Amino acid sequence: MNTSEQTYKKYADARAVKSPILKNCIWAFCSGGFICTIGHLLKMLYMNFGISEDNSAMTASVSLVFIAILLTGIGVFDNIAKHTGAGTLVPITGFANAVASCAIDTKSEGYILGVGAKIFTVAGPVILYGISSGVIYGIIYYFLTRM
Amino acid sequence: MAHKIIKPEMKIKILSSASVVGREEDRGPLGGSFDITDTKDDRFGMETWEKSESEMQRLALGCAMNKCGMSEDKIDAMLAGDLLNQCVGSNYGLSEYRIPYFGLYGACSTAAESIMLASIMCMSGHMRCAAVTSSHFCSAERQFRYPLEYGGQRAPTSQWTVTGSGAFILSSEDDSNIISGGEYVPCVTELLPGYVVDHGISDINNMGAAMAPAAADTLLRYFKEGHSPSEFDMIITGDLGREGSSILIDLLDAEGYDISAVHADCGKMIYNIDLEDKHAGGSGCGCSAVVMSAHILRNIKEGILSDVLFVGTGALMSPLTLNQGSTIPGIGHLVRIRGDKI
Repeated sequence: MNTSEQTYKKYADARAVKSPILKNCIWAFCSGGFICTIGHLLKMLYMNFGISEDNSAMTASVSLVFIAILLTGIGVFDNIAKHTGAGTLVPITGFANAVASCAIDTKSEGYILGVGAKIFTVAGPVILYGISSGVIYGIIYYFLTRM
Repeated sequence: MAHKIIKPEMKIKILSSASVVGREEDRGPLGGSFDITDTKDDRFGMETWEKSESEMQRLALGCAMNKCGMSEDKIDAMLAGDLLNQCVGSNYGLSEYRIPYFGLYGACSTAAESIMLASIMCMSGHMRCAAVTSSHFCSAERQFRYPLEYGGQRAPTSQWTVTGSGAFILSSEDDSNIISGGEYVPCVTELLPGYVVDHGISDINNMGAAMAPAAADTLLRYFKEGHSPSEFDMIITGDLGREGSSILIDLLDAEGYDISAVHADCGKMIYNIDLEDKHAGGSGCGCSAVVMSAHILRNIKEGILSDVLFVGTGALMSPLTLNQGSTIPGIGHLVRIRGDKI
Protein backbone atom coordinates (compact mmCIF):
# COMPACT_ATOMS: atom_id res chain seq x y z
CA MET A 1 0.00 0.00 0.00
CA ASN A 2 1.63 3.22 -1.10
CA THR A 3 -1.10 5.53 0.13
CA SER A 4 0.41 7.69 2.82
CA GLU A 5 -1.48 8.16 6.08
CA GLN A 6 -2.45 11.75 5.34
CA THR A 7 -3.87 11.08 1.88
CA TYR A 8 -5.77 8.04 3.12
CA LYS A 9 -7.29 9.96 6.01
CA LYS A 10 -8.37 12.74 3.65
CA TYR A 11 -9.81 10.20 1.20
CA ALA A 12 -11.73 8.36 3.95
CA ASP A 13 -13.06 11.59 5.49
CA ALA A 14 -14.13 12.92 2.11
CA ARG A 15 -16.04 9.79 1.08
CA ALA A 16 -17.72 9.10 4.45
CA VAL A 17 -21.43 9.92 4.35
CA LYS A 18 -22.00 12.81 6.73
CA SER A 19 -24.83 13.02 9.23
CA PRO A 20 -27.81 14.92 7.74
CA ILE A 21 -27.08 18.16 9.60
CA LEU A 22 -29.97 20.24 8.25
CA LYS A 23 -32.54 17.52 8.96
CA ASN A 24 -31.05 16.95 12.44
CA CYS A 25 -31.12 20.69 13.17
CA ILE A 26 -34.77 21.01 12.15
CA TRP A 27 -35.74 18.01 14.25
CA ALA A 28 -33.71 19.37 17.19
CA PHE A 29 -35.28 22.83 16.85
CA CYS A 30 -38.83 21.49 16.79
CA SER A 31 -38.45 18.80 19.45
CA GLY A 32 -36.35 21.01 21.75
CA GLY A 33 -38.91 23.76 21.39
CA PHE A 34 -41.70 21.28 22.07
CA ILE A 35 -40.03 20.11 25.30
CA CYS A 36 -39.50 23.70 26.43
CA THR A 37 -43.15 24.48 25.67
CA ILE A 38 -44.23 21.55 27.83
CA GLY A 39 -41.93 22.92 30.54
CA HIS A 40 -43.56 26.32 30.26
CA LEU A 41 -47.08 24.85 30.32
CA LEU A 42 -46.15 22.89 33.44
CA LYS A 43 -44.85 26.09 35.03
CA MET A 44 -48.12 27.88 34.27
CA LEU A 45 -50.07 24.92 35.61
CA TYR A 46 -48.13 24.92 38.88
CA MET A 47 -48.57 28.71 39.21
CA ASN A 48 -52.30 28.15 38.79
CA PHE A 49 -52.13 25.90 41.85
CA GLY A 50 -50.80 28.90 43.77
CA ILE A 51 -47.11 27.95 43.77
CA SER A 52 -44.76 30.96 43.51
CA GLU A 53 -43.17 31.68 40.11
CA ASP A 54 -39.65 30.64 41.25
CA ASN A 55 -40.87 27.41 42.76
CA SER A 56 -43.07 26.65 39.74
CA ALA A 57 -40.09 26.98 37.40
CA MET A 58 -38.12 24.59 39.57
CA THR A 59 -41.01 22.13 39.87
CA ALA A 60 -41.43 22.17 36.09
CA SER A 61 -37.73 21.27 35.68
CA VAL A 62 -38.09 18.47 38.21
CA SER A 63 -41.14 17.19 36.32
CA LEU A 64 -39.21 17.11 33.02
CA VAL A 65 -36.36 15.24 34.73
CA PHE A 66 -38.88 12.75 36.09
CA ILE A 67 -40.46 12.18 32.67
CA ALA A 68 -37.06 11.77 30.99
CA ILE A 69 -35.90 9.25 33.58
CA LEU A 70 -39.17 7.34 33.37
CA LEU A 71 -38.88 7.14 29.57
CA THR A 72 -35.24 6.03 29.93
CA GLY A 73 -36.23 3.34 32.39
CA ILE A 74 -38.89 1.85 30.15
CA GLY A 75 -36.51 1.93 27.18
CA VAL A 76 -38.29 4.57 25.09
CA PHE A 77 -36.02 7.60 25.47
CA ASP A 78 -33.21 6.36 23.20
CA ASN A 79 -35.70 5.60 20.44
CA ILE A 80 -37.05 9.15 20.60
CA ALA A 81 -33.57 10.71 20.91
CA LYS A 82 -32.42 8.84 17.80
CA HIS A 83 -34.56 11.29 15.80
CA THR A 84 -34.63 14.35 18.00
CA GLY A 85 -30.88 14.46 18.78
CA ALA A 86 -29.88 17.77 20.33
CA GLY A 87 -33.59 18.53 20.86
CA THR A 88 -33.70 16.03 23.73
CA LEU A 89 -30.01 16.36 24.64
CA VAL A 90 -29.74 20.08 25.31
CA PRO A 91 -32.74 20.63 27.66
CA ILE A 92 -32.58 19.14 31.13
CA THR A 93 -34.03 15.90 29.70
CA GLY A 94 -30.67 14.97 28.11
CA PHE A 95 -28.89 15.37 31.41
CA ALA A 96 -31.44 13.19 33.17
CA ASN A 97 -31.11 10.51 30.51
CA ALA A 98 -27.28 10.57 30.69
CA VAL A 99 -27.40 9.94 34.44
CA ALA A 100 -30.23 7.39 34.44
CA SER A 101 -28.84 5.32 31.55
CA CYS A 102 -25.49 4.97 33.36
CA ALA A 103 -27.29 3.90 36.52
CA ILE A 104 -29.27 1.21 34.67
CA ASP A 105 -26.15 -0.07 32.92
CA THR A 106 -24.00 -0.34 36.01
CA LYS A 107 -26.62 -1.75 38.37
CA SER A 108 -25.28 -5.27 37.79
CA GLU A 109 -21.95 -4.20 39.32
CA GLY A 110 -23.59 -3.23 42.62
CA TYR A 111 -24.77 0.00 44.19
CA ILE A 112 -21.35 1.16 45.44
CA LEU A 113 -18.78 0.21 42.80
CA GLY A 114 -21.29 0.13 39.98
CA VAL A 115 -24.03 2.75 40.22
CA GLY A 116 -22.23 4.87 42.85
CA ALA A 117 -18.93 5.06 41.04
CA LYS A 118 -20.14 5.21 37.47
CA ILE A 119 -23.45 7.08 37.47
CA PHE A 120 -21.79 10.30 36.26
CA THR A 121 -19.58 8.72 33.57
CA VAL A 122 -21.42 10.58 30.81
CA ALA A 123 -22.76 13.57 32.76
CA GLY A 124 -19.58 14.04 34.84
CA PRO A 125 -17.91 16.61 32.55
CA VAL A 126 -21.07 18.73 32.53
CA ILE A 127 -21.23 18.68 36.32
CA LEU A 128 -17.52 19.41 36.82
CA TYR A 129 -17.21 22.22 34.31
CA GLY A 130 -20.72 23.54 34.99
CA ILE A 131 -19.97 23.96 38.69
CA SER A 132 -16.45 25.26 38.04
CA SER A 133 -17.66 27.93 35.65
CA GLY A 134 -20.41 28.81 38.15
CA VAL A 135 -17.77 29.39 40.83
CA ILE A 136 -15.63 31.51 38.51
CA TYR A 137 -18.66 33.52 37.42
CA GLY A 138 -19.63 33.99 41.07
CA ILE A 139 -16.18 35.33 41.99
CA ILE A 140 -16.16 37.76 39.06
CA TYR A 141 -19.70 38.89 39.90
CA TYR A 142 -18.76 39.38 43.56
CA PHE A 143 -15.83 41.68 42.73
CA LEU A 144 -17.67 43.58 40.00
CA THR A 145 -20.62 44.39 42.24
CA ARG A 146 -18.28 45.41 45.11
CA MET A 147 -16.29 47.86 43.02
CA MET B 1 10.61 -9.92 2.31
CA ALA B 2 6.94 -10.58 3.00
CA HIS B 3 5.86 -13.60 5.01
CA LYS B 4 4.71 -16.52 2.91
CA ILE B 5 1.31 -18.19 2.73
CA ILE B 6 1.01 -21.10 5.15
CA LYS B 7 -0.10 -24.25 3.33
CA PRO B 8 -1.05 -27.21 5.52
CA GLU B 9 0.26 -30.49 4.09
CA MET B 10 -2.53 -32.57 5.54
CA LYS B 11 -6.27 -31.94 5.20
CA ILE B 12 -7.58 -29.63 7.91
CA LYS B 13 -11.30 -30.34 7.93
CA ILE B 14 -13.97 -28.18 9.51
CA LEU B 15 -15.98 -31.07 10.95
CA SER B 16 -18.88 -28.99 12.15
CA SER B 17 -19.90 -25.49 13.10
CA ALA B 18 -22.70 -23.85 15.05
CA SER B 19 -24.20 -20.40 15.38
CA VAL B 20 -26.13 -18.72 18.17
CA VAL B 21 -27.74 -15.30 17.63
CA GLY B 22 -30.08 -12.75 19.14
CA ARG B 23 -33.40 -11.35 17.93
CA GLU B 24 -32.19 -8.68 15.53
CA GLU B 25 -29.90 -11.10 13.71
CA ASP B 26 -32.65 -13.67 13.37
CA ARG B 27 -34.87 -10.99 11.82
CA GLY B 28 -32.18 -10.30 9.18
CA PRO B 29 -31.79 -11.84 5.71
CA LEU B 30 -30.09 -14.95 7.15
CA GLY B 31 -32.80 -15.48 9.78
CA GLY B 32 -33.85 -19.08 10.16
CA SER B 33 -30.46 -20.48 9.19
CA PHE B 34 -28.92 -20.09 12.64
CA ASP B 35 -28.83 -23.03 15.04
CA ILE B 36 -29.96 -21.35 18.26
CA THR B 37 -31.81 -18.04 18.70
CA ASP B 38 -33.04 -16.15 21.73
CA THR B 39 -36.21 -14.62 20.35
CA LYS B 40 -37.23 -13.18 23.70
CA ASP B 41 -34.72 -10.63 24.97
CA ASP B 42 -31.15 -11.57 23.92
CA ARG B 43 -30.39 -12.52 27.53
CA PHE B 44 -30.24 -16.28 27.01
CA GLY B 45 -31.73 -16.69 30.46
CA MET B 46 -28.94 -14.80 32.24
CA GLU B 47 -29.18 -11.74 34.45
CA THR B 48 -26.22 -9.74 33.06
CA TRP B 49 -25.21 -9.06 29.45
CA GLU B 50 -21.72 -10.42 30.09
CA LYS B 51 -23.19 -13.70 31.32
CA SER B 52 -25.50 -13.78 28.29
CA GLU B 53 -22.49 -13.54 26.02
CA SER B 54 -20.75 -16.38 27.90
CA GLU B 55 -23.88 -18.48 27.65
CA MET B 56 -23.94 -17.98 23.87
CA GLN B 57 -20.40 -19.38 23.64
CA ARG B 58 -21.30 -22.35 25.82
CA LEU B 59 -24.33 -23.09 23.65
CA ALA B 60 -22.40 -22.63 20.40
CA LEU B 61 -19.60 -25.02 21.31
CA GLY B 62 -22.06 -27.56 22.72
CA CYS B 63 -24.10 -27.45 19.53
CA ALA B 64 -21.03 -27.81 17.29
CA MET B 65 -19.80 -30.78 19.35
CA ASN B 66 -23.21 -32.43 19.13
CA LYS B 67 -23.34 -32.02 15.38
CA CYS B 68 -20.16 -34.04 14.86
CA GLY B 69 -20.73 -36.29 17.85
CA MET B 70 -17.55 -35.27 19.65
CA SER B 71 -17.11 -35.47 23.39
CA GLU B 72 -14.74 -33.27 25.42
CA ASP B 73 -11.99 -35.90 25.55
CA LYS B 74 -11.81 -36.06 21.76
CA ILE B 75 -11.06 -32.35 21.34
CA ASP B 76 -7.47 -31.44 22.12
CA ALA B 77 -7.78 -27.69 22.54
CA MET B 78 -10.20 -24.82 22.32
CA LEU B 79 -9.22 -21.34 21.15
CA ALA B 80 -11.72 -18.65 21.93
CA GLY B 81 -12.14 -14.91 22.11
CA ASP B 82 -14.59 -12.04 22.36
CA LEU B 83 -14.60 -8.26 22.67
CA LEU B 84 -14.83 -7.95 26.45
CA ASN B 85 -11.96 -6.90 28.67
CA GLN B 86 -9.83 -9.88 29.73
CA CYS B 87 -11.85 -12.06 27.31
CA VAL B 88 -14.34 -12.86 30.06
CA GLY B 89 -17.02 -13.90 27.59
CA SER B 90 -14.91 -16.88 26.61
CA ASN B 91 -13.26 -17.50 29.98
CA TYR B 92 -16.56 -17.97 31.81
CA GLY B 93 -18.56 -19.38 28.93
CA LEU B 94 -16.22 -22.25 28.21
CA SER B 95 -15.17 -23.01 31.79
CA GLU B 96 -17.66 -25.88 31.90
CA TYR B 97 -15.77 -27.80 29.22
CA ARG B 98 -12.84 -29.98 30.31
CA ILE B 99 -10.80 -29.07 27.23
CA PRO B 100 -7.41 -27.24 27.28
CA TYR B 101 -8.21 -23.56 26.65
CA PHE B 102 -6.49 -20.59 25.04
CA GLY B 103 -8.04 -17.10 25.21
CA LEU B 104 -7.51 -14.86 22.19
CA TYR B 105 -8.04 -11.21 21.42
CA GLY B 106 -8.07 -10.07 17.82
CA ALA B 107 -11.04 -7.70 18.10
CA CYS B 108 -13.50 -8.50 15.30
CA SER B 109 -10.89 -10.62 13.50
CA THR B 110 -11.01 -13.22 16.28
CA ALA B 111 -13.18 -15.63 14.27
CA ALA B 112 -10.55 -15.82 11.52
CA GLU B 113 -7.70 -15.71 14.04
CA SER B 114 -9.07 -18.62 16.05
CA ILE B 115 -9.75 -20.72 12.93
CA MET B 116 -6.23 -19.90 11.74
CA LEU B 117 -4.52 -20.83 15.01
CA ALA B 118 -6.67 -23.95 15.38
CA SER B 119 -5.59 -24.97 11.86
CA ILE B 120 -1.94 -24.35 12.73
CA MET B 121 -2.31 -26.49 15.86
CA CYS B 122 -3.97 -29.20 13.79
CA MET B 123 -0.97 -29.05 11.42
CA SER B 124 1.26 -30.32 14.23
CA GLY B 125 -0.21 -33.78 13.90
CA HIS B 126 -3.40 -35.64 14.56
CA MET B 127 -5.45 -33.14 16.50
CA ARG B 128 -8.92 -31.71 16.86
CA CYS B 129 -9.37 -28.10 17.93
CA ALA B 130 -12.38 -25.93 18.58
CA ALA B 131 -12.49 -22.25 17.59
CA VAL B 132 -15.16 -20.19 19.37
CA THR B 133 -15.95 -16.47 19.20
CA SER B 134 -18.72 -14.16 20.32
CA SER B 135 -19.88 -10.59 20.63
CA HIS B 136 -23.00 -9.16 22.23
CA PHE B 137 -24.47 -5.80 21.30
CA CYS B 138 -25.33 -4.94 24.88
CA SER B 139 -22.00 -5.85 26.47
CA ALA B 140 -19.94 -4.29 23.66
CA GLU B 141 -21.96 -1.08 23.57
CA ARG B 142 -21.30 -0.57 27.27
CA GLN B 143 -17.61 -1.16 26.91
CA PHE B 144 -16.87 0.74 23.71
CA ARG B 145 -19.53 3.42 23.38
CA TYR B 146 -22.34 4.68 25.60
CA PRO B 147 -24.80 3.16 28.07
CA LEU B 148 -27.54 1.19 26.31
CA GLU B 149 -30.38 3.57 27.09
CA TYR B 150 -28.36 6.70 26.38
CA GLY B 151 -30.15 8.86 23.82
CA GLY B 152 -27.71 9.79 21.11
CA GLN B 153 -27.51 9.90 17.34
CA ARG B 154 -25.24 7.60 15.33
CA ALA B 155 -23.10 8.58 12.38
CA PRO B 156 -24.07 7.03 9.02
CA THR B 157 -20.71 5.20 8.90
CA SER B 158 -21.13 3.61 12.34
CA GLN B 159 -21.74 -0.13 12.69
CA TRP B 160 -23.82 -2.35 14.97
CA THR B 161 -22.20 -5.02 17.10
CA VAL B 162 -23.77 -8.37 16.27
CA THR B 163 -25.22 -10.43 19.11
CA GLY B 164 -23.95 -13.84 18.17
CA SER B 165 -21.49 -16.62 18.76
CA GLY B 166 -20.00 -19.12 16.35
CA ALA B 167 -18.10 -22.33 17.06
CA PHE B 168 -16.05 -24.40 14.62
CA ILE B 169 -14.47 -27.82 15.15
CA LEU B 170 -11.36 -28.40 13.08
CA SER B 171 -9.58 -31.70 12.71
CA SER B 172 -6.51 -33.22 11.13
CA GLU B 173 -7.55 -36.68 12.38
CA ASP B 174 -8.89 -39.30 9.98
CA ASP B 175 -12.52 -38.92 11.11
CA SER B 176 -13.81 -40.84 8.11
CA ASN B 177 -16.34 -42.47 10.44
CA ILE B 178 -18.19 -39.17 10.95
CA ILE B 179 -17.98 -37.87 7.40
CA SER B 180 -20.37 -39.54 5.05
CA GLY B 181 -18.71 -40.31 1.75
CA GLY B 182 -19.38 -38.18 -1.28
CA GLU B 183 -20.30 -35.09 0.69
CA TYR B 184 -18.36 -31.84 0.55
CA VAL B 185 -16.33 -31.02 3.63
CA PRO B 186 -15.03 -27.47 4.16
CA CYS B 187 -11.23 -27.70 4.42
CA VAL B 188 -8.74 -25.01 5.39
CA THR B 189 -6.17 -25.05 2.60
CA GLU B 190 -4.21 -21.81 2.96
CA LEU B 191 -3.56 -19.26 5.67
CA LEU B 192 -2.06 -15.80 5.59
CA PRO B 193 -1.82 -13.98 8.94
CA GLY B 194 -2.16 -10.21 8.67
CA TYR B 195 0.12 -7.37 9.77
CA VAL B 196 -1.14 -4.62 12.03
CA VAL B 197 -1.90 -1.76 9.63
CA ASP B 198 -2.59 1.79 10.85
CA HIS B 199 -3.55 4.42 8.31
CA GLY B 200 -4.32 7.16 10.78
CA ILE B 201 -8.10 6.85 11.15
CA SER B 202 -9.22 7.94 14.61
CA ASP B 203 -13.00 8.06 14.17
CA ILE B 204 -14.62 5.31 16.26
CA ASN B 205 -17.73 5.74 14.10
CA ASN B 206 -15.87 4.76 10.96
CA MET B 207 -14.32 1.38 11.75
CA GLY B 208 -14.77 0.27 8.15
CA ALA B 209 -12.27 2.88 6.98
CA ALA B 210 -9.86 1.88 9.76
CA MET B 211 -9.96 -1.83 8.86
CA ALA B 212 -10.14 -1.70 5.05
CA PRO B 213 -6.41 -0.96 4.52
CA ALA B 214 -5.50 -3.99 6.66
CA ALA B 215 -7.76 -6.28 4.62
CA ALA B 216 -6.35 -4.78 1.42
CA ASP B 217 -2.79 -5.29 2.67
CA THR B 218 -3.34 -9.00 3.39
CA LEU B 219 -5.23 -9.63 0.14
CA LEU B 220 -2.54 -7.82 -1.85
CA ARG B 221 0.19 -9.95 -0.27
CA TYR B 222 -1.88 -13.00 -1.12
CA PHE B 223 -2.51 -12.03 -4.75
CA LYS B 224 1.16 -11.15 -5.24
CA GLU B 225 2.05 -14.78 -4.57
CA GLY B 226 0.41 -15.74 -7.82
CA HIS B 227 -3.31 -15.70 -7.12
CA SER B 228 -6.07 -13.71 -8.78
CA PRO B 229 -9.56 -12.76 -7.52
CA SER B 230 -11.24 -14.75 -10.31
CA GLU B 231 -9.99 -18.05 -8.81
CA PHE B 232 -12.56 -17.75 -6.03
CA ASP B 233 -16.31 -18.11 -5.77
CA MET B 234 -16.29 -15.54 -3.05
CA ILE B 235 -13.90 -13.25 -1.20
CA ILE B 236 -15.66 -12.54 2.05
CA THR B 237 -14.51 -9.97 4.59
CA GLY B 238 -15.50 -10.01 8.25
CA ASP B 239 -17.11 -6.71 9.12
CA LEU B 240 -16.00 -3.89 6.87
CA GLY B 241 -19.64 -2.90 6.42
CA ARG B 242 -20.76 -0.70 3.55
CA GLU B 243 -18.14 1.96 3.99
CA GLY B 244 -15.14 -0.35 4.47
CA SER B 245 -16.22 -2.69 1.67
CA SER B 246 -16.24 0.02 -0.97
CA ILE B 247 -12.94 1.39 0.33
CA LEU B 248 -11.41 -2.11 0.06
CA ILE B 249 -12.63 -2.48 -3.51
CA ASP B 250 -11.18 0.98 -4.33
CA LEU B 251 -7.82 0.23 -2.70
CA LEU B 252 -7.37 -3.08 -4.51
CA ASP B 253 -8.60 -1.60 -7.77
CA ALA B 254 -5.85 1.01 -7.54
CA GLU B 255 -3.35 -1.86 -7.32
CA GLY B 256 -4.83 -3.59 -10.36
CA TYR B 257 -7.01 -6.24 -8.69
CA ASP B 258 -10.75 -6.08 -9.28
CA ILE B 259 -12.59 -8.02 -6.56
CA SER B 260 -15.97 -6.29 -6.97
CA ALA B 261 -17.56 -9.29 -8.73
CA VAL B 262 -16.74 -11.79 -5.98
CA HIS B 263 -16.58 -9.63 -2.87
CA ALA B 264 -19.05 -10.05 -0.01
CA ASP B 265 -18.99 -8.82 3.56
CA CYS B 266 -20.50 -10.53 6.62
CA GLY B 267 -21.36 -7.10 8.11
CA LYS B 268 -23.44 -6.27 5.04
CA MET B 269 -25.16 -9.67 4.92
CA ILE B 270 -26.42 -10.06 8.46
CA TYR B 271 -28.94 -7.20 8.62
CA ASN B 272 -31.49 -5.65 6.27
CA ILE B 273 -29.39 -2.53 6.63
CA ASP B 274 -31.86 0.07 5.33
CA LEU B 275 -35.01 -1.49 6.71
CA GLU B 276 -33.57 -1.89 10.18
CA ASP B 277 -31.64 1.39 10.33
CA LYS B 278 -28.29 -0.35 10.77
CA HIS B 279 -26.19 2.42 9.20
CA ALA B 280 -23.05 0.82 7.73
CA GLY B 281 -23.91 -2.76 8.78
CA GLY B 282 -22.92 -5.29 11.43
CA SER B 283 -19.60 -5.70 13.24
CA GLY B 284 -18.03 -7.61 16.10
CA CYS B 285 -16.39 -11.02 16.25
CA GLY B 286 -19.78 -12.69 16.37
CA CYS B 287 -20.64 -11.17 13.00
CA SER B 288 -18.23 -13.10 10.81
CA ALA B 289 -18.45 -16.20 13.03
CA VAL B 290 -22.21 -16.66 12.63
CA VAL B 291 -22.32 -15.71 8.93
CA MET B 292 -19.46 -18.11 8.15
CA SER B 293 -21.09 -20.90 10.15
CA ALA B 294 -24.73 -20.48 9.17
CA HIS B 295 -24.30 -19.36 5.58
CA ILE B 296 -20.88 -19.78 3.97
CA LEU B 297 -19.88 -23.18 5.38
CA ARG B 298 -23.38 -24.48 4.75
CA ASN B 299 -23.14 -23.41 1.11
CA ILE B 300 -19.75 -25.07 0.83
CA LYS B 301 -21.19 -28.32 2.25
CA GLU B 302 -24.05 -28.16 -0.22
CA GLY B 303 -21.67 -27.59 -3.10
CA ILE B 304 -23.04 -24.11 -3.92
CA LEU B 305 -19.67 -22.54 -3.09
CA SER B 306 -16.44 -24.43 -3.53
CA ASP B 307 -13.56 -22.02 -2.97
CA VAL B 308 -13.80 -19.10 -0.55
CA LEU B 309 -11.28 -16.59 0.78
CA PHE B 310 -12.28 -15.42 4.23
CA VAL B 311 -10.56 -12.29 5.52
CA GLY B 312 -11.43 -11.66 9.16
CA THR B 313 -11.02 -7.96 9.86
CA GLY B 314 -10.46 -6.32 13.23
CA ALA B 315 -10.01 -2.84 14.70
CA LEU B 316 -7.39 -3.21 17.42
CA MET B 317 -8.04 -0.28 19.71
CA SER B 318 -9.61 0.50 23.04
CA PRO B 319 -11.66 3.57 24.11
CA LEU B 320 -8.75 4.43 26.43
CA THR B 321 -6.11 4.66 23.70
CA LEU B 322 -8.54 6.58 21.48
CA ASN B 323 -9.10 9.14 24.24
CA GLN B 324 -5.33 9.46 24.52
CA GLY B 325 -5.22 10.47 20.87
CA SER B 326 -4.03 7.21 19.30
CA THR B 327 -5.35 6.15 15.91
CA ILE B 328 -7.12 2.86 15.14
CA PRO B 329 -4.89 0.04 13.88
CA GLY B 330 -6.57 -2.65 11.82
CA ILE B 331 -5.77 -6.27 11.00
CA GLY B 332 -6.93 -8.76 8.39
CA HIS B 333 -6.31 -12.51 8.70
CA LEU B 334 -6.85 -14.60 5.59
CA VAL B 335 -8.16 -18.17 5.60
CA ARG B 336 -8.86 -20.05 2.37
CA ILE B 337 -11.62 -22.60 2.71
CA ARG B 338 -12.38 -25.14 0.01
CA GLY B 339 -15.08 -27.75 -0.26
CA ASP B 340 -13.37 -31.11 -0.76
CA LYS B 341 -14.86 -34.57 -1.11
CA ILE B 342 -13.14 -36.84 1.37
